[in-house]
Amino acid sequence: MLDYAWIIPLLPAASFFLILFFGKKLPRKGSEIGIAAVGIAFALALATNVSWWDHVDNPPAGHETEQEAVVEGESAAVATPAQEGGDEAVAEEEEHTVEPVTQEVTWFENGGHDIKVGMLLDGPAVMMLLVVTAVSLLVHIYSTDYVGGDRRYTHFFAFLSLFTASMLGLVIAKSTLQLLVMWELVGVCSFVLIGHWWEEKANSDAALKAFITNRVGDVGLIIGVIILFWSVGSFDIIETNVAALDGTVAHSTLLIASCCLIAAVMSKSGQFILHTWLPDAMAGPTPVSALIHAATMVVAGIYMVARLYAVFFEGLSIGTSSVNLLAIVGGVTVLGGAGLAFVQNDIKKVLAYSTVSQLGYMVMALGIGAWTAALFHLFTHAFFKACLFLGSGSVSHAVHSFDMRKDMGGLKKWMPQTFWTFAIASAALIGIFPLAGFWSKDEILAGANQLGGSGHYTVFMIIGIVGAFMTAAYMTRTIWYTFFGEFRGHGHPHESGPRIVIPLWILAAAGATAGLVNLPSALSPDSTALRFEHFFEPKGNYFPAVNFSHPEFSLAIAVGSTIIGLAGVTLAYLWYFRGLGPHGITERNRLARGGYTVLVNKYYFDVLYTDIIVADVKGPIARSVYWFNQNVIDAVVNGCGQFATVLGRFTYERIDQQVVDGAVNGSAAAAEEGGQIFRQLTSGKVQQYGALLFGAAAIFAGAIILFV
Amino acid sequence: MDNNQFLSDWGLTIMVFLPLAGALVMLLIPRTEEHLHRTLALVITLATAGVGAAVLADFDYGASETLQFVVNKPWIDVINARYAIGIDGLSVPLIGLTLLIMPLCIIYSWNHFPEPRNPKAFLILLLVLHTGMLGTFVAQDLILFFVFFEVVLLPMYFLIGVWGGEQRQYASIKFFLFTLFGSALMIVSFLALFFVTGGETFVIPDLIRLVPESDISRTTMLLIFGGMFLGFGIKVPMFPFHTWLPDAHTQAPTVGSVILAAILLKLGTYGFIRVAIPILPEAAVSWAPWIGGLAVIGIIYGALACLAQTDMKRLIAFSSVSHMGFTMLGIATLTDFGLNAAVMGMVAHGLITGMLFFLAGSVKERYHTLDIKRLGGILLKAPRMGWILGFTAMASLGLPGLAGFWGEFPAILSSYQPAPGLSEVTFRVYMVVAAVGTVFAAGYLLWLYQRTAFGTPTDEFVDADIPDVTFPEWIAWVPMLVLILVIGIYPNLVFHVTDGQMTAVADWVAAMGS
Repeated sequence: MLDYAWIIPLLPAASFFLILFFGKKLPRKGSEIGIAAVGIAFALALATNVSWWDHVDNPPAGHETEQEAVVEGESAAVATPAQEGGDEAVAEEEEHTVEPVTQEVTWFENGGHDIKVGMLLDGPAVMMLLVVTAVSLLVHIYSTDYVGGDRRYTHFFAFLSLFTASMLGLVIAKSTLQLLVMWELVGVCSFVLIGHWWEEKANSDAALKAFITNRVGDVGLIIGVIILFWSVGSFDIIETNVAALDGTVAHSTLLIASCCLIAAVMSKSGQFILHTWLPDAMAGPTPVSALIHAATMVVAGIYMVARLYAVFFEGLSIGTSSVNLLAIVGGVTVLGGAGLAFVQNDIKKVLAYSTVSQLGYMVMALGIGAWTAALFHLFTHAFFKACLFLGSGSVSHAVHSFDMRKDMGGLKKWMPQTFWTFAIASAALIGIFPLAGFWSKDEILAGANQLGGSGHYTVFMIIGIVGAFMTAAYMTRTIWYTFFGEFRGHGHPHESGPRIVIPLWILAAAGATAGLVNLPSALSPDSTALRFEHFFEPKGNYFPAVNFSHPEFSLAIAVGSTIIGLAGVTLAYLWYFRGLGPHGITERNRLARGGYTVLVNKYYFDVLYTDIIVADVKGPIARSVYWFNQNVIDAVVNGCGQFATVLGRFTYERIDQQVVDGAVNGSAAAAEEGGQIFRQLTSGKVQQYGALLFGAAAIFAGAIILFV
Repeated sequence: MDNNQFLSDWGLTIMVFLPLAGALVMLLIPRTEEHLHRTLALVITLATAGVGAAVLADFDYGASETLQFVVNKPWIDVINARYAIGIDGLSVPLIGLTLLIMPLCIIYSWNHFPEPRNPKAFLILLLVLHTGMLGTFVAQDLILFFVFFEVVLLPMYFLIGVWGGEQRQYASIKFFLFTLFGSALMIVSFLALFFVTGGETFVIPDLIRLVPESDISRTTMLLIFGGMFLGFGIKVPMFPFHTWLPDAHTQAPTVGSVILAAILLKLGTYGFIRVAIPILPEAAVSWAPWIGGLAVIGIIYGALACLAQTDMKRLIAFSSVSHMGFTMLGIATLTDFGLNAAVMGMVAHGLITGMLFFLAGSVKERYHTLDIKRLGGILLKAPRMGWILGFTAMASLGLPGLAGFWGEFPAILSSYQPAPGLSEVTFRVYMVVAAVGTVFAAGYLLWLYQRTAFGTPTDEFVDADIPDVTFPEWIAWVPMLVLILVIGIYPNLVFHVTDGQMTAVADWVAAMGS
């Protein structure tokens, strides 16, 4: 199966075209093609995973000798890697390199470079194949109910397919160029789906904002990819990583390239300061928000960093220097996003800012060298966040609104299934033991505590813990407004149908249990410990394994962060459920009011971007450029034309009237009487024109030669 | 074997002059026989495409850097001008583009010739134009090249001046004189080149060989290149010589705009790669930073001007200024990547912007206006047309997976590492500016799309009957749309053809230029 995994993205790609051209004629308007394609893709992704696990545990015989040579070489260079306390079997495996499975064909030739397109299948790719197809399949099923009866139902499924295909293509991309292509394709799917209801200007505005903000980040991606291409001589991801690790590429080059690429991460993965499009993107249908803007597309930035980790590891000196841009961006985003989640009334916006904040955790983890923790968090987050989004969709399906404070409340009674899945996923997000978020967030915190030499990254651990506290509080607030208290909406809300509820339960179950795939070795027998790390972390010379260490499970941090999370829940519980605390402080206290205003205005980023930068470029700047064009450049042209006309008339009337019929005048007259000139030209004027032009040209040419 | 011999001796000549011959036949047919004229014009362009296809099928793509189908006969002995023609990896994609676009234009006009109708004259002019364009792409002698280059001018002048919009006379005369001004300087350069190399020949490959052997002062070379730069640069058009373009495009009839955007602009960029750079590599290296600078100014400037437009067609016209900036940036790097990108950019821009002008024409025909404020909700009134507009706008903003990307990205890529002798710092600054230009492209195109296609129709058109894509439109558009997609997915279709020749040019510049 591993050699043929490239089929997986092709299935939804084919389904896109099939739905587009034939969807409307089918009984279920094309959704059946989409579901079938993604369903098969999911099955194949599962098969790929099984083969991959086998591939990791039993490397193919053909590579055995080669690998041993590599291993020996490596262990000689590294001296004995620290394996104290670890089980022998594990230790043995850690030393093995696991060859990625690759396939490639020529894409195009250019200047002696044979540029390939292909598949690079290794741990992270295999993991992402599973996540993307699984969430996509559930979202497909959910959507048949949620957008049922929509006027662009077929079109919606077509673009879900195209998105899935592009995302899977991004996941298995073998080269940075291929990654870039898929990166923009997922962006365009996001654009189309955010603007799904484009009759409303607000929706098309959100779509444009998403696309253009991402383009800003793409400038960084384009330049980063270009820098890497010229310094490595190839777009190939493995070659790039190898070159970054073995010192072929100068450190400064890697640093510049990683900073450029970070701009792309900021836009695609909603990191400060390019995050502003993501909350607006909630204008799209909720299944889209779950699939694209929570579970898959927005993690493309994290995945890209994970993929090119050697570049970032070396370029930013992760693990040796105390802070770096990646960790800072992530850290700021964790707190900035969580802060904004507090003041939202729209349930989807709470989740959107929560996503921003959680993506911040992943970026921060990558920035401090906790690669596995970052991807593990990506993995668990995909499930519980998709569950939360789909849950919010289920709620809005019942109350026809996303406004928690105006139209919700007390829904626990009406929608028990939605409530329980939402509650489980929230608990997973908050990090309640033993749900998924607990394990993955804890690993990030442990990483911040232990990596980076002697406590250099402690500040990020504090950020992470504060973030956990805030997460707990705003999720409690959300649950209060949505499911408890009195119902404030209209009509009689009712539980959603099975096509909505079943995906919710599956995702809630996954969100509850996903953490168990990477149990710390301290808490679990070796056969079940650290399975995620074991199977999905790349082991080879293209991954910075040499000076790469994993954080150990720390009981103190685990307990501490849980207590702080519970404290967040408790405080929010007391504030909202019990009505305790200084309510109304934002009206009485100036400082609190100021802080609240800043939050409500989203730190004024939108004012800066939309009202200042974009409005000025679109308005005064563009207009003055055009004014310059019409009144300066064109004035010169027209002036020349008028001068020539005057000169021509003068020549014609005063000097040449009887001799030549006036070529200059002829062309001026042509403006007035096109047809007449046509006849004149066919009756001998062509030769005149030609002779004159050649004569004049010869004189000028002679002048150049004589006088230069 | 005989067949092949015939093809290689006569194939190109027949292809080039068949449209002209057809035009002559049509001159003899009375003007009232409109249907006959239409049919005949279509048959002629299809036959031309057939001959062209036979030639292109016989072309040896493995040796695209060698001139093939060469014919070299005396023509005007007095000045040693020769009838020298031939094609290589640079000509082939552009010939293919021309052969494709012309029949599509005739199909598109099938039922709606612009006022004042007169299909006979309209079609005859198109056919003359056809010969001029094909001739320019096969000519290997500077005088022959110049003649074809100028032949193109007149029919386009009349197409705009007679069948154009309200300000057609101003636009057509501006187009004609502006371009003629460039041509005059160009022919000065050609003649100067002829004299300084000993007055032996105008044949391009011979000149390429002769220039290094002749003892030409650096200043002379720079001046000669400068003349060509103006001649070709005006045609491209490069900032600041672009102001004829928006007027010509806005006023021209739909088919005129399509041909202008799809093929005529490429004569300029083609001239740079065919004539100016290989003959005067040393001067090219000196000029390159200036060309690159104007190119990136054009990218941003054109994009900003787009944002200020209120007329859809004028906006598309300004987007050409921006897009051709990428092509010129690729050329200015003088590298294999850059030149390949430039040819790809020409083909992609031809298909995409040609398509945009088709769409603008169809919108105008239905709404009788192109005022962006008055449009809106095209997706509701004519969904298929709205989707095609969206697809084409995405292609135009350089979405990967569609053709436009492969003209832009390699051009940006190549400016990181320009040819030896060029300043890396300068070109890296250009690279960043050009990359920022892609953001602007997304801005003005999507904003246009939002205002015209999204939303709901304005009050005046709520109940208007807006037909969706018609049958002739489908026939004219589908080949272009499919090619945009196919080239986007598999760019090697173009790169494979151009790479050999472009690498040869880049190597030549690298060897001679510094």
